Amino acid sequence: MSALNVNGRDHTVDTDPGTPILWVLRDTLGMTGTKFGCGAAQCGACTVHLDGEAIRSCVTPLSAAEGRKITTIEATTDGADTVGAAVHAAWLKHDVAQCGYCQSGQIMSATAFLKSLPRGKQPTAAEIDAAMDGNICRCGTYARIRAAVADAARALA
Amino acid sequence: MLPDLDRLELPRALQHLLARGRTDDAVPLARRSFLKLAGAGGLALGAFPHLATAQSPGALKPTQQPSAFVQIAPNGEVTVAINRLEFGQGVQTGLPMILAEELDADWSLVRSRHGSNDPAYVDPLFGIHLTGGSNSIKNSFTQYRELGARARAMLLAAAAARWKVDVTSLRTEAGTVLGPDGRKLAYGELAEAAMALPVPEKVTLKDPKDFRIIGRPNARLDARAKSSGRQDFGIDVRLPGQLTAVVARPTVFGARLASVDDSAARAIKGVKAVLRVPLDRGAEGVAVVADGYWPALQGREALKLQWDTSAVEKVDSEKQLAQYRALAERPGSRKFDADMAPLTTAPRRLEAEFVFPYLAHAAMEPLNCTVALADGHAEVWTGSQCPGLDAAAVARVLGLEPGQVKVHVQMAGGGFGRRFAATSDFVVEACEIAKAARAAGLGVPVRTLWSREDDMKGGYYRPMHLHRARIGFDERGKVLAWDHVIVGQSITTGTVFGEFQVKNGIDATATEGMRGPYAVPMRLTVHHPVLNVPVLWWRSVGSTHTAFVMETLIDEIARSVNQDPVAYRLGLFGDKHPRHRAALQVAIDKSGYGKQRLPTGRAWGVAVHESFQSVVAYVVEASVKDGQPVLHRVTAGVHCNLVVNPRSVEAQVQGAAVMGLSMCLSGAAITLKDGVVEQSNFADYTVARITDMPAFEVHIVPSAAPPTGMGEPGLPPLAPAFANAIARLTGKPLRQLPFNLA
Ligand code: FES
Ligand code: FES
Repeated sequence: MSALNVNGRDHTVDTDPGTPILWVLRDTLGMTGTKFGCGAAQCGACTVHLDGEAIRSCVTPLSAAEGRKITTIEATTDGADTVGAAVHAAWLKHDVAQCGYCQSGQIMSATAFLKSLPRGKQPTAAEIDAAMDGNICRCGTYARIRAAVADAARALA
Repeated sequence: MLPDLDRLELPRALQHLLARGRTDDAVPLARRSFLKLAGAGGLALGAFPHLATAQSPGALKPTQQPSAFVQIAPNGEVTVAINRLEFGQGVQTGLPMILAEELDADWSLVRSRHGSNDPAYVDPLFGIHLTGGSNSIKNSFTQYRELGARARAMLLAAAAARWKVDVTSLRTEAGTVLGPDGRKLAYGELAEAAMALPVPEKVTLKDPKDFRIIGRPNARLDARAKSSGRQDFGIDVRLPGQLTAVVARPTVFGARLASVDDSAARAIKGVKAVLRVPLDRGAEGVAVVADGYWPALQGREALKLQWDTSAVEKVDSEKQLAQYRALAERPGSRKFDADMAPLTTAPRRLEAEFVFPYLAHAAMEPLNCTVALADGHAEVWTGSQCPGLDAAAVARVLGLEPGQVKVHVQMAGGGFGRRFAATSDFVVEACEIAKAARAAGLGVPVRTLWSREDDMKGGYYRPMHLHRARIGFDERGKVLAWDHVIVGQSITTGTVFGEFQVKNGIDATATEGMRGPYAVPMRLTVHHPVLNVPVLWWRSVGSTHTAFVMETLIDEIARSVNQDPVAYRLGLFGDKHPRHRAALQVAIDKSGYGKQRLPTGRAWGVAVHESFQSVVAYVVEASVKDGQPVLHRVTAGVHCNLVVNPRSVEAQVQGAAVMGLSMCLSGAAITLKDGVVEQSNFADYTVARITDMPAFEVHIVPSAAPPTGMGEPGLPPLAPAFANAIARLTGKPLRQLPFNLA
């Protein structure tokens, strides 16, 4: 039995502690907002926050979540999180998604990035690119991702 | 996606096949099943119209029940079913916009859902449910307008009956019927009565100048769900008791198992069964079925398998290239002909060889398909570009009638053609696995899920191609003779599509885009070597390579006679090709080409190409940094006739351009060594990232002509425009994708 905390809720699961968090979320807890893209930390689709930091859940084992807090797209965009709400709103304003499959990961990376900035600091274009470079979008929504992250940063200032 | 078909060819070919199918039992099973479906769809519509008919109002028989397409709830919500797969292109918003326009719906109350393999959802032109060839808006524009108009007429009739007034005294506005003396009824209040009325034969469509939804930049209907993790895709389907299967596929295409030791795999917690299953193209594999993806994957890793590869071909990219070069030495089957005598006497000559690698589609959502079996019935959940074809394949594998198969089309995380294989490969495999699991006593739904590595190594690539050109021209750039050879595997030969795509041994999907708007005397011949690497259409199909060849060679000729590449192209168009001229002109004007001075180290590049009946021109700015080409800015000029949703067109152009840019980047190639695919994931198969993204502007040429598609046409001209800019900087033409500046 392993214990984990997801979006503020404690769960006990009978899953091998070596199982990546991604599959505990998706297959054990039925939380499918977090996506599987590569399984090898190469695309960012599975990004969640572990104690506020963006991690690739496809390569992070359940055992690493012991005593820490996992936050997923479902909680980040439910309105309670100020930064997540700003990112979500900017994503809607710019109609970022196409197929949408990568977007949970994009939003989780963008949110962690904006949270990592000192209050009020506006990121440069290069900083936004660097922060988002680990997230592939095969649909090519990059121009709108750039605009949306910059917009969310302005809204939070 | 589907090749750029002659607009008359497919319907004619299907009619022909249909006629034959009735009497000829010798046609292969796949084809017969396809025919049945095609027949059902075609007959439901009364005819296989050609495009002009599909686009002209009133030409389609009103046999489609509006209720299959539009449902209005008592609260006024209008749900529109789409007869296409939504996989990023925005059709899930575009088709409802078209229907809502004629329905006079309140757009804020419009929702959307996917159709199924039900015959109602066949393409009105092709008679089968398909998504490809940038056809969705083009072929269903009039269909959805008429559906909306019919539903509106029924609502009006219902209101007239309720108020006992003449229907001509009524009008509609944003989801409401307005009567004389200010009376009002919301659509939701009328829907039930309206749907019980007969479907009107004749309806009048709006004058396009009265459009208030079509042409307006609209947000996607799925934007909210897709920005909050709440959108379900095929991979998210969860049925009670469902298990997950991961498949060990042979390392070499088509190989079979020599020995299986599954004892360690079976011992893994969560593994329910290990099954030997037939795979695509005569291969064999082992499916590990478990209560989740992770245990299934662990189980697969614990298998000890030996493959018998003795009987299968082991393709090796290097040898393959040598073989293609040898083939290119002699002319192949003839597509175009012209007098090649001037080649020897022309004052200027140019010889060029181009090489294009295999490419994986690499859609973000790994392939998956969930299958639930019962006696005499099968249900399938998958993101399919051709549910009609897939349902037929499912029926075949499971020994069912097509009517006993239900395909639930799922939102898909990209596809780019991969979800439209004539073999229905991943759907068939999922059915084989579900069947074997059921035989092994597991009477539950099974989801087969591919890993990224499975997808990269699993084939169905854009074929590798080699082009050779010998061109003779004069000092003014007039082309006197152009001798061209293409070598590459045929995508459609031997498939149901080959019947109408292959003529005189030439697969039209390999040559589309050649010559294009340039009236040059060209001899074009083609070789289609047969290899066991599975190939498939890949966003914009033949134009992925032909546009590169044409547009870089035209540019090179212009440069070599010191002509401006834009002026040179415009000269070749003459007074023909108004859409090419308009698209190019708008890109030129908006980019500042020829007027604005670029910073040192940057150069302009231009390309224009028509595919799928839309024209896209790019003017780009590029430079070379640390030996790597860098794309800084792109200005697009687009001609796709009437635009339904400008936002969607803009997104499609950008997205297709990013995929075109991906083709240029170092590492964007699938190669084989001794039969084994060398790439496995995004670390060794490059796709563009945000840091590769240039500044981007899209400008659309206004037009009122019936819309043409935009899913693919933004891709082909990107790579050649980029290459032309780099060639200007380095003085050396780029003739290989991905780019190699060495
Ligand atoms: S799925 Fe985790 S980074 Fe790609
Ligand atoms: S929106 Fe499709 S992969 Fe990003």
